[in-house]
Amino acid sequence: MAQVDRQQWDVVVVGAGGAGLRAAIEARERGARTAVVCKSLFGKAHTVMAEGGIAASMGNVNGHDNWQVHFRDTMRGGKFLGQWRMAELHAREAPDRVWELETWGALFDRTPDGRISQRNFGGHEYPRLAHVGDRTGLELIRTLQQKATALQQEDFAAYGDHEARLKVFQECTVTRVLKDGGRVAGAFCYERESGRFFVLEAPAVVLATGGIGKSFKTTSNSWEYTGDGHALALLAGAPLLNMEFVQFHPTGMVWPPSVKGILVTESVRGDGGVLRNSDGRRFMFDYVPDVFKDKYAQTEDEADRWYEDPDGNRRPPELLPRDEVARAINAEVKAGRGSPHGGVYLDVSTRMSPERVKRRLPSMYHQFKELADVDITAEPMEVGPTCHYVMGGVAVDSETAAAEGVPGLFAAGEVAGGMHGSNRLGGNSLSDLLVFGRRAGLHAAALAAAPGPRPRVSPEQVDAAAAEALAPFHAGEGAENPYTLHQELQNAMNDLVGIIRREDEMAEALRRLASLRERAARAGVEGHRQFNPGWHLALDLRNMLLVSECVARAALERTESRGGHTREDCPAMERAWRPVNLLCRPVEPPPADPAADRIRLERVRTEPIRPDLLALFEKEELVKYLAEEELPA
Amino acid sequence: MTTYDARFRIWRGDADGGGLRDFTVEVHDGEVVLDIVHRLQATEAPDLAVRWNCKAGKCGSCSAEVNGRPRLMCMTRMSVFDRAETVTITPLRAFPVVRDLVTDVSFNYRKAREVPAFVPPEGVGPGEYRMQQVDVDRSQEFRKCIECFLCQDTCHVVRDHEENKEAFAGPRFLMRVAELDMHPLDAAAASGLDRRRAAQEEHGLGYCNITKCCTEVCPEGIRITDNALIPLKERAADRKYDPLVWLGNRILRRRPDAP
Ligand SMILES: Cc1cc2nc3c(=O)[nH]c(=O)nc-3n(C[C@H](O)[C@H](O)[C@H](O)COP(=O)(O)OP(=O)(O)OC[C@H]3O[C@@H](n4cnc5c(N)ncnc54)[C@H](O)[C@@H]3O)c2cc1C
Ligand code: SF4
Ligand code: SF4
Ligand code: FES
Repeated sequence: MAQVDRQQWDVVVVGAGGAGLRAAIEARERGARTAVVCKSLFGKAHTVMAEGGIAASMGNVNGHDNWQVHFRDTMRGGKFLGQWRMAELHAREAPDRVWELETWGALFDRTPDGRISQRNFGGHEYPRLAHVGDRTGLELIRTLQQKATALQQEDFAAYGDHEARLKVFQECTVTRVLKDGGRVAGAFCYERESGRFFVLEAPAVVLATGGIGKSFKTTSNSWEYTGDGHALALLAGAPLLNMEFVQFHPTGMVWPPSVKGILVTESVRGDGGVLRNSDGRRFMFDYVPDVFKDKYAQTEDEADRWYEDPDGNRRPPELLPRDEVARAINAEVKAGRGSPHGGVYLDVSTRMSPERVKRRLPSMYHQFKELADVDITAEPMEVGPTCHYVMGGVAVDSETAAAEGVPGLFAAGEVAGGMHGSNRLGGNSLSDLLVFGRRAGLHAAALAAAPGPRPRVSPEQVDAAAAEALAPFHAGEGAENPYTLHQELQNAMNDLVGIIRREDEMAEALRRLASLRERAARAGVEGHRQFNPGWHLALDLRNMLLVSECVARAALERTESRGGHTREDCPAMERAWRPVNLLCRPVEPPPADPAADRIRLERVRTEPIRPDLLALFEKEELVKYLAEEELPA
Repeated sequence: MTTYDARFRIWRGDADGGGLRDFTVEVHDGEVVLDIVHRLQATEAPDLAVRWNCKAGKCGSCSAEVNGRPRLMCMTRMSVFDRAETVTITPLRAFPVVRDLVTDVSFNYRKAREVPAFVPPEGVGPGEYRMQQVDVDRSQEFRKCIECFLCQDTCHVVRDHEENKEAFAGPRFLMRVAELDMHPLDAAAASGLDRRRAAQEEHGLGYCNITKCCTEVCPEGIRITDNALIPLKERAADRKYDPLVWLGNRILRRRPDAP
């Protein structure tokens, strides 16, 4: 039996991004002894990269805004597939979550009357995004990090130990959620620095591991985004929801190759940036879909006037939801009207003075200057779609963030599914992290406080997890290079299950994934366990392959186009698909043959939208989306 | 697209020792130093240890010394070097090596804990905070910090003086004290906490002799010395010589912020 250190905690939070930290703060404030595990250093989670802002209907800039309008925008953005109760809770609670950050020391940009400033973003009817220049995610992470540190300072004063009730295990990775019978019993982890294994025993585990973008070649996501939480949930028996919906952000950098995919924030368009093709045409006017026709400007003049007079004009089509803009750019490039490096032009230099560009978009200015030798105050950027966000995730209870079917397991943030439906609006993720991170922490702490015996972690489970993690050191003859396997996976997903999908290509992707799974079973590494990136990647492959299978299988099944799922062979949005969710469940028991399917699909009907929420929409709008039988009489 | 072979010397080893290893690697247009490290990992050195995350200069993970200068590897373009030049990459010198380019930066997290947090003003509820943009500009500049710890690595007070680490928080965390001290609504004083005295007496502000080396390496272009450290020194000095003046200022400054 492996010698593995064990510790007892009340709540284990996997992930120290916005969702994980907010969950940990809540759990600790509710009295739970809370451990946070994260793959990077504390304060470096993916959330630091968020740029544009946090959506919350505070109404500081336009007093017409309120939670109902935010709810409507969120449902529309997700093409009515979103879990309406989550969207409602999110819209109602987001302002409180943002204001609370100020009491923890956050410093947002201000309005002239001293309140939190809010900016325009795609799909949001009013200026709604609280922001700090274009580094909002950094402010969010730092504020939560500093709040966690403040709690540790309190504990030091009370117990002489900073880590008495809240401890961060940084640069550690969870490879298995452990169970006792049906319920959660803890997490199996390794420490990067030493390669040492340890077990955190706890009756409640919150997954807050973010997204899956590293399975795609062109992505705005960091190395952390290997879909770990998605895979951990599946392996623990919890289903994933809506995995076919992957958001391709319309504007990533396209050149030079080494920075391809790095994000160009949507604030560039929110603040007045326009998209043009190689003919100089503002092509977005040609791509306004019928469902949005009456909400967007028809002419350049009207679009230009909107920046000064938003109540008297309709917004420019550059601010359509992301899926629409990404498809439009893709179509322009395909039609031969792209820029030299296969993108289109995004220009802020014509509308904003150099000083204003530098003040509103400092990191974009810096990023293009440093990495591409482009001065965005004087010339246009070249941009194209990049894999950005996964709408799909762990199927959770809307109120409690509890994962379906596995007591003690919770999920919040990007790893959770439902809230954003088929397409997420910009700014709605950071607010989602705070609203549902808090809820997950709250309910995890409550579950941990419930009386009764604690679950036990059996030595057999620990041994099995240790053996699984060590397998890459024993690959022997014919070992596969994990870096090569990763590249092949990224190419397959990018080319075959990317922004535009076709049946035969997705079937081909599934075949390639099966063969990659076989080879990944032989992934081998050199060296020893101390800070060994090759080994870490070999372990991450299991997760990426599992999650990619979910995406490809669900995408093949859904024979329509909606939000972040576009099928060339089924181009229309089908009202009949509106109330249908696809659940990915693990094949049980896991097949011994690595090439065999790991995932089976289940169709479930969504709960009817509550009548008072439906009443927030005009009937004419609902008929465009809802299935016949769902329409109010 | 042009490609050439570049020569690299990269430090490999761990706490028990190590040395520079030579590599010849292909370089493509527009690449940064981190791309080269990744290419090495994917080819001849799969276990080469390096920290990184965003690859966009936003997270502050990929700090190292490139030709002796503290830098972010993901923001260092290969085009800044002469093609014939050998590029040397070594771990941050001020911190103990863990493995290869990865160092133990826990010093910084210890120092972060020693700075008391923001104290919310009493009687001002969530949603009631009012601050003017001009009054938050300065603290916002400091909050651009991505905690890459390059300034901590470069500051001569600790770079070659392990013995000073106990008493000196380093530029990043002295700047954090300044940030809170300049926050228009921080109520530390009202709660009996004197940030300026703490800067002097607990965080070692006196060790800093304003050489500005920290400012020079900051990838965020934060003017650490001019905007944080020198004003903090001035404020601390005022208070030392004339506590009444300081107290008066503090009360006056707080009045307009009240709801
Ligand atoms: C460039 C960019 C810009 C964006 N801008 C915006 C924006 O302006 N507004 C907006 O709302 N959204 C934005 N988003 C989206 C948003 O940033 C993310 O969806 C969000 O930050 C995800 O947060 P999270 O808390 O779910 O996860 P993350 O912040 O990614 O944190 C995940 C955590 O889980 C840890 N982890 C993962 N796997 C494991 C494991 N196996 N073991 C232990 N720990 C693990 C990681 O180390 C990390 O700490 C942007 C995204 C990108 C990429
Ligand atoms: S200015 Fe002060 S803190 Fe900065 S490097 Fe010099 S001595 Fe260190
Ligand atoms: S102040 Fe600058 S150099 Fe220092 S840690 Fe922050 S970003 Fe890095
Ligand atoms: S990898 Fe994030 S700053 Fe370099």
